Amino acid sequence: MSDRGVVWLGSPSFPEAARTALADQQLRTNLRRATTTIRDKRLAVAAELDDWEELRTAAEAIKRRTARHLDRYLLQLEEAVIAAGGSVHWAGDAAEANRIVAALIQATGEREVVKIKSMATQEIGLNEALAREGITAYETDLAELIVQLGEDRPSHILVPAIHKNRTEIRDLFAAEMAHWGEPAPEGLSDDPRELAEAARRHLRKKFLAAKVAVSGANFAVADTGTVTVVESEGNGRMCLSLPETLITVMGIEKVVPTWSDLEVFLQLLPRSSTGERMNPYTSTWTGVTEGDGPSQFHLVLLDNGRTDTLADTVGRQVLACIRCSACLNVCPVFERTGGHAYGSVYPGPIGAVLTPQLVGVEQAASLPFASTLCGACYDACPVKIDIPEVLAHLRAEVVEAKRHALSPEALAMKAAATVLDSPRLLSAAQKAASLGGRVLAREGRIGRLPGPLHGWSDTRDSPAPPAESFRTWWRKNREGTP
Amino acid sequence: MRIALFITCFNDTLYPGTGRAVLTVLERLGHTVDFPQEQTCCGQMHFNTGYRPDAVPLVTRLARAFAGYDAVVTPSASCAGMVRENHPVLAERYGSASLQQQVAELVPRVYEFTEFLTDVLEVTEVGARFPHKVAYHPTCHSLRGLRLGDRPLRLLRAVQDLDLVELPSADSCCGFGGTFAVKNADTSSAMLADKAAGVLASGAEVLCAADNSCLMHIGGGLSRQGSGVRTMHLAEILAGAEGEER
Repeated sequence: MSDRGVVWLGSPSFPEAARTALADQQLRTNLRRATTTIRDKRLAVAAELDDWEELRTAAEAIKRRTARHLDRYLLQLEEAVIAAGGSVHWAGDAAEANRIVAALIQATGEREVVKIKSMATQEIGLNEALAREGITAYETDLAELIVQLGEDRPSHILVPAIHKNRTEIRDLFAAEMAHWGEPAPEGLSDDPRELAEAARRHLRKKFLAAKVAVSGANFAVADTGTVTVVESEGNGRMCLSLPETLITVMGIEKVVPTWSDLEVFLQLLPRSSTGERMNPYTSTWTGVTEGDGPSQFHLVLLDNGRTDTLADTVGRQVLACIRCSACLNVCPVFERTGGHAYGSVYPGPIGAVLTPQLVGVEQAASLPFASTLCGACYDACPVKIDIPEVLAHLRAEVVEAKRHALSPEALAMKAAATVLDSPRLLSAAQKAASLGGRVLAREGRIGRLPGPLHGWSDTRDSPAPPAESFRTWWRKNREGTP
Repeated sequence: MRIALFITCFNDTLYPGTGRAVLTVLERLGHTVDFPQEQTCCGQMHFNTGYRPDAVPLVTRLARAFAGYDAVVTPSASCAGMVRENHPVLAERYGSASLQQQVAELVPRVYEFTEFLTDVLEVTEVGARFPHKVAYHPTCHSLRGLRLGDRPLRLLRAVQDLDLVELPSADSCCGFGGTFAVKNADTSSAMLADKAAGVLASGAEVLCAADNSCLMHIGGGLSRQGSGVRTMHLAEILAGAEGEER
């Protein structure tokens, strides 16, 4: 974990973690099934709207404009939330945010809280921080519950338990639910209805008992101070309406200027994330309302590296992310490795560009390279974040950050640049490659290679360099020079 | 029209047959083309691996080599994309005003081979015959980078006796990604395995594409499996260069 605090970096680098994931056949089957299904659904519902591309353009424009004037919109949001009876707290980093939330809970005298699925609280490691203060946080989202019961890590932004199949979930419920509250019924099968019913019975007791809820926010409207959470299951709605105190932790980039801006995102988000026309539950609240819902509302505005990201003119576009996870579902790398390989609460293409910016590129140096730059993520992104552009940009930052240590790769790149900047040296290198290639080749193909290229040659033959390069052929045949 | 061939360092060194095929097709269509010897490389490997300053001399060299031509034609979607998308970025960040100017003048004159045939020369029938079952792999740079769309397919459909078969999951990446295949060799191999399985399922005898780099990767996997499926750049099919050494 870095100083700034995006939980669980410091795990192995991406290539190493990916190797472990790739060896897990069950995981690959689970992932492929889930990503393929959701990918097809997304394409179908996006195609239903004839203004889909215009919506993407509008969303991009709103996010860019908001980012340019983020200070102004945040102050406007603060003022509106306070005017509506809420409180606003500013957190510079993860530790500060955790301290604020813990203190707010302690002030209520409670030791248990219910939680709505939230990336921001995962980012700062809130549950772990609260546990250190003797406070238990209960995840109420079904997938988050699965992850929590398994003492596991989420592996997907929207479907945190995407790496688990039904049978694995059944076994987990049967073994673990009793330790957290209502035990799973005897003879629980892996039928989705039965699994959902077991979770419902387990969670109902938590909802009815909880006095404090913690949420994230999908959006917050600056001019009215309205905070929004969209969800599929209704667990969030329970957390937002039953407890007495509601604490929302929100990244500062989640603000939108007005309700008409919100409308654009409420069309894009469900279609991009779950492939639904509309998410089943959209909850909005503005401060507190007497006799209706929580009587105390606290909004914690989280920076945690976002202001630094905003300062980078190429990288700042990543702050437009609405956490829909469309990029994960279309990414061929994510599809094979799953989310854990990214070593970050933000996996997949968006994680590969967001995490290094939030924690500093040196802390997550392998992530910008965890992509083939195939561009599927850019096409899928509802707010048009040019993820390949940012990946390439961050790769340059990683190389720059490591400049002091001349790596074998850096030396090879220098050597290649020297050769390629001279047609004469290139010709000589081509002749050498041709000779060397013929020594290594069998029937025109080169098999296994030693050294750093073995990773390549373990599964692929290489072509033997031909006797004559194109430039040599051209000189002989078109210019008549040897 | 003064046409220059931009053969790319990769094709020049490993796949000279592709360069000869491009030449064959363009000459068959009645054009005279030149190969400026000063050209080397577009710097894509350096740029995409994060070594941007090292790519700048290559950008300068390329702009100089192709100054004065009406069209610069390359049989590589990814190198065409590199020039179009990233040379301006490098020139702006590291180059002089004159380099920026040279790059700005070069960019609109660079064409990927199938683009040049369909959009500039406005031909799809290039007089080729290729009596084989062929699958086309839309490489990521042709599909989502240059948005070549069905241009390559239009050209292939016009080839006499060619049986174009469908490639399952055609639009998914083969896992090459330049240095990705070395840095993330295991993930790359997993992606390659799926792509190779798709090629075999298609029943194709030949897999073609508009980029030799992806073909080298997929072909390397198919060869290791002993599949017998050949990979060819589509320019070689359009040249009717059946059996010619690659």
